[in-house]
Amino acid sequence: MSTRSQSLERPASAWRPARRQVRFAPVGLLLPLAVLGLLEICVYSGWIPAHLMPAPSTLVLTFHELAAGPLWSHILASSQRVLLGFAIGSGLAILLGTLVGMSQRLEAYLDPSFQALRAVPGLAWVPLLLIWLGIDEVSKVTLIAIGSFFPVYMNMVAGVRNVDRKLVEVGTQLGFSQTTLMQRIMLPAALPYLFTGLRNGLSMAWLCVVAAELLAATEGIGYLLTDGREVSRPDLVLTAIITLALMGKLTDSLLKHVEKRMLRWRDSFSGQEQKP
Amino acid sequence: MSALLSLHNIRKSFAELTVLDDVSLALAGGEIVSLLGPSGCGKSTLLRIAAGLDRHYQGQLERNPLLDFGASSGIGVVFQEPRLMPWLNVAENIGFVDGHKADARWVRQLLRDVGLEGRGDALPKQLSGGMAQRVAIARGLYGKPQVLLLDEPFSAVDAFTRMKLQDLVTELAAQYDISVLLVTHDLDEAVYLSDRVLILGGQPSRIVSELHVPVPRPRDRRAAELALLKGQALTALYQQPY
Repeated sequence: MSTRSQSLERPASAWRPARRQVRFAPVGLLLPLAVLGLLEICVYSGWIPAHLMPAPSTLVLTFHELAAGPLWSHILASSQRVLLGFAIGSGLAILLGTLVGMSQRLEAYLDPSFQALRAVPGLAWVPLLLIWLGIDEVSKVTLIAIGSFFPVYMNMVAGVRNVDRKLVEVGTQLGFSQTTLMQRIMLPAALPYLFTGLRNGLSMAWLCVVAAELLAATEGIGYLLTDGREVSRPDLVLTAIITLALMGKLTDSLLKHVEKRMLRWRDSFSGQEQKP
Repeated sequence: MSALLSLHNIRKSFAELTVLDDVSLALAGGEIVSLLGPSGCGKSTLLRIAAGLDRHYQGQLERNPLLDFGASSGIGVVFQEPRLMPWLNVAENIGFVDGHKADARWVRQLLRDVGLEGRGDALPKQLSGGMAQRVAIARGLYGKPQVLLLDEPFSAVDAFTRMKLQDLVTELAAQYDISVLLVTHDLDEAVYLSDRVLILGGQPSRIVSELHVPVPRPRDRRAAELALLKGQALTALYQQPY
């Protein structure tokens, strides 16, 4: 580089593409914080009766009180159910989705039944599960597995069906067997769809765990909700809701992180970036 | 010397429409043959039959037993588009058939051969069209084939890249002693690269003319003999009833 152009250059910091990666995370906190601030004002000025809507500061106290006591065991109980049910449901969905995606015959046999079952709301299974499996863990985990199965299954089938025929042909030309085609081409190519399905399935899993715990449980976040209603303590209910929101967001973020790492190869539109 | 790959009396129909009628051709060792014809004449279909990708045809595909002999996988194919696996890097794409057990040294050699040394870690999305097609050529060569089938492999790249890739393929074919069957609609390309040019035409298509190009390599694109042969090929193409 010539000295002349160097003298014309602006300070190095101005050239560094430091703003390339726009971090949006703190911006996402603005809305909830504003709502909380407004609520605090409304409750303290008496516009909203405190026995219906506790002030955010009260919630912090309740949270603090619970955190010293049973909150963690509730979170742990719910998380364990979600993880187990989600693992079973999505595992089966990946297997069956891949098979149905690969074979038109299997699709003809299985898919209509799955579509019909998918139309049944997850909660409709609850009475049956209670009769068959009792009120212990098995029925809850089964409900969660059923709930998380369908989003993953649907996306897995769509993912396999959307694999570029031209890529499959490369494998065929190289003499790959059906199993090898599935492992080496279909599954990796379907990964973007699979992750969409997994994230939807995970949120279904959280939905189902609350449903299961609302009906019959002695611990878990859903139990906390019923408990709060029975003793007429909206602060308990709200604490449970906020905990659910946080747990859902946390697990989804984990999955999103894995997705980002595994789909680094993708060459697709990722949203307009704001001009700094 | 008997042919490495021969097609006898191939006839192919899509529904009611017959596209290929009684087409025969043979590819001898070390030979470069072009299939030239207008788009839609069934030349790519013929190549897919030769590659074993299309099994619904009448006639006979004869593979020399030599093709299945030793470490060679016989036939390599390069398609019109690179068709790289987007989730694999360049080196993994080249050794795709062997997956984790790919021969790293041979992959490095092929990367050198196609002029992409040191780019083995790049992802397909980071490559230009010409570079991606080089990777596809390297993948076609990875199995040490004796026959390379090329389906309009240079049609999607710019003119300069195309000339470079054409020379690359002739060099590599000579270096590794590979016979090439090239499908193209580019007259210059067919005459410049080939030992023989087969012109497909008619409805349904058959081979209407065969042109020998007895010009030693390396060839000069501007050579008068090539221009003369191009003229002949053009005449043959124009004589077709359309």
